[in-house]
Amino acid sequence: MIKIITVIIAVLLIGFIAWWFFGKREQKEVDATMNDNMQKVTVTVDGGYSPNTVVLKKDVPAEVIFDRKDPSNCLEKVVFEDFGINQFLPEKQKTAIKIDTSKAGEYNYACGMNMFHGKVIVK
Amino acid sequence: MSYTKRFWLSLIMSIPMMIQMIGMLFNWMMPGHNWIAFIATTIIMIFGAFPFWKSGWAAFKNHNANMDTLIAIGTAVAYFYSVFAMFTHRAVFFESAAFITVFVLLGQVLEEKMRNNASSAVEKLLDLQVKDAEVLRNNEFVKVPLEEIKIGDMVRVKPGEKVAVDGEISEGSSTIDESMVTGESMPVTKSMGDKVIGSTINKNGTFVFKVEKIGSETMLSQIVELVKKAQTSHAPIQKLTDKISNIFVPAVLIIAIVTFIVWYVLVGDTFVNALLYATSVIVIACPCALGLATPTAIMVGTARSAKMGVLIKNGEVLEVINDVKTVVFDKTGTITEGIPKVTNVDGDEKEVLTVAASLEAVSEHPLALAITKKAKELAIKTQSVEGFTAIEGKGVRATVAGQEIIVGNNKLIENYQITDEMKKQMNTWQAEAKTVVLVGKAQKIIGLIAIQDAPKKNAFKAMNALKKRDLQPVMLTGDNQLVADAIGQEVGISQVIADVLPQDKADQISSLQAQNKVAFVGDGINDAPALSTADVGIAMGSGTDIAIESGGIVLVQNDLMGVVRAIDMSKKTFNRIKLNLFWALIYNVIGIPVAAGLFSVWGITLSPELAGLAMAFSSISVVGSSLLLNKTKIADD
Repeated sequence: MIKIITVIIAVLLIGFIAWWFFGKREQKEVDATMNDNMQKVTVTVDGGYSPNTVVLKKDVPAEVIFDRKDPSNCLEKVVFEDFGINQFLPEKQKTAIKIDTSKAGEYNYACGMNMFHGKVIVK
Repeated sequence: MSYTKRFWLSLIMSIPMMIQMIGMLFNWMMPGHNWIAFIATTIIMIFGAFPFWKSGWAAFKNHNANMDTLIAIGTAVAYFYSVFAMFTHRAVFFESAAFITVFVLLGQVLEEKMRNNASSAVEKLLDLQVKDAEVLRNNEFVKVPLEEIKIGDMVRVKPGEKVAVDGEISEGSSTIDESMVTGESMPVTKSMGDKVIGSTINKNGTFVFKVEKIGSETMLSQIVELVKKAQTSHAPIQKLTDKISNIFVPAVLIIAIVTFIVWYVLVGDTFVNALLYATSVIVIACPCALGLATPTAIMVGTARSAKMGVLIKNGEVLEVINDVKTVVFDKTGTITEGIPKVTNVDGDEKEVLTVAASLEAVSEHPLALAITKKAKELAIKTQSVEGFTAIEGKGVRATVAGQEIIVGNNKLIENYQITDEMKKQMNTWQAEAKTVVLVGKAQKIIGLIAIQDAPKKNAFKAMNALKKRDLQPVMLTGDNQLVADAIGQEVGISQVIADVLPQDKADQISSLQAQNKVAFVGDGINDAPALSTADVGIAMGSGTDIAIESGGIVLVQNDLMGVVRAIDMSKKTFNRIKLNLFWALIYNVIGIPVAAGLFSVWGITLSPELAGLAMAFSSISVVGSSLLLNKTKIADD
């Protein structure tokens, strides 16, 4: 009897893992706020990047501020492949990264090992 | 708390459990060992493992999973089960939770050190910059901080000092060690009119130079910028790993659950054993090794190349160059020096050159420049000339010391006597694709000068090295077939495509591409279309002006061996990436089944703590393997 219950729990658990990690989820987009001719947006680094996608206006100087709360060195660096940025984020600190907004487009970024992903959209 | 502190604390707290483990071999039990293990492990969990739990949970909330997720689950299962077991008087596994933490932290500490090693090389380049320099202000040289130096400033550099920024020497001369920027190990002699590069070291002379580039415009900053971009770039081969790592951790969790069910329900093993197998699976799986395999190799490879004066733009170039079978070279300025030079003199060398140089000193023809340069090298003094006239399409005529002299081509000889030997010599040189200049004095031809845009010193060596690597060198030129063949023969290129108009170079590349992948080597200024058409464009710089925009690979030095080095380094780096990926995959492919107890019938099993050790060293080994790229042998380095 206990074995049957175990199997049922296991199957439910597997189903939950698949649904939780592989299920399609809507990405929330967050716009940057204007401040003294500069657009700024804060991304919290804690088990990923939230908000995951930020939107910047074209041709306005922009800064994405990464607020690293996560102690894991998995997230200690943020890499923007398109801009050649490989920035170390000190723990419990905010690190501002200037983004070149002269060209519209979607710029993906990731952690140093390419496990966590985020996106900056310039439009 | 830093990883290092967490590691040491966890290690110290795990000592009693280590003693207990050794004691067990001699059937000795520490009094109150369960309680000691419980307290020690609890401390390890709070300080060593809790940050993993925190990160793992944060990632989980974001629907992400990573290495921390696995370690968190692994340690939490072992720890909380043991707490439960202790109070219900069953066997406990505190040491598993403790040792997994210790080993994983050890791995993290070592890995972090090595990763910093791998990535800091480029930043160090910028540290080469000086903080201040002596700048001319109000007719006096005063020390000025680097940031205040402006374009057009005059900067004085004393022996042993570093050149602050890029510019052109206006006064004085010296030898300069440029190895830190160009990779060229021999110091270069520079005098008025020569360009100097910021951060290079002035050896023996004092000179003044006019500032031409500052800040982010300097060659060093540009190189650093380019290498930084290269280091963050991805190689196409990574797409596979990205796909795997996206599903890796959840997949491992599912495998662990299946492992548990198989052992507990199907095989009928005890709950505890099934749990240990599942824990081992979770702990041994290592997404980090996969994630680190490519970036660390690209980092080390591009940084090492940069030190050799080879700038590789991105990971894609590294990968494509592996399939290149044909290397096409532009002739003028790439295989050859690009400047005509006197190669041979027939007749009395001194007299011939004196006469020729005296006359050509007033001319501005490229061939004239070659002659005056040669005369200068041999310290030949020119004489003053009178009645200088140019004979259209033939040469020049003047009077020196009362005698009529001429310098020109063979159309001039109609009125002059020439010996048969000289005629023969002239024909031989012409067959070698050299331009022959005749020098006449008093109605007699007194000598011949052969001029040629000669191949670079190590062109032959470089072609040979390419052929040894099974690469077919091809020469592309606008020159006529005769000249092109002669140069081709001299440097060892059998496939010569001559009479190509500049605008048709790219088309020639495309037609070669029909057979296999092609790399094109050009000077980056005139050859931009061909450079971008080729699968890999290799732009050759000459000193300060490196055409960074064109080409996937930029050679800082104007040296053909750089092509060989670029190819070597790219291949080595890409092979390292493949090796790393293979190792990271095979480690997981073998490690997970072993941890799951698939081979337990043959007695091969892994306890969770050994799984932790294996996992720690798998990622260290990948980073270490990348760092070994710093030690591999490269042509001429």
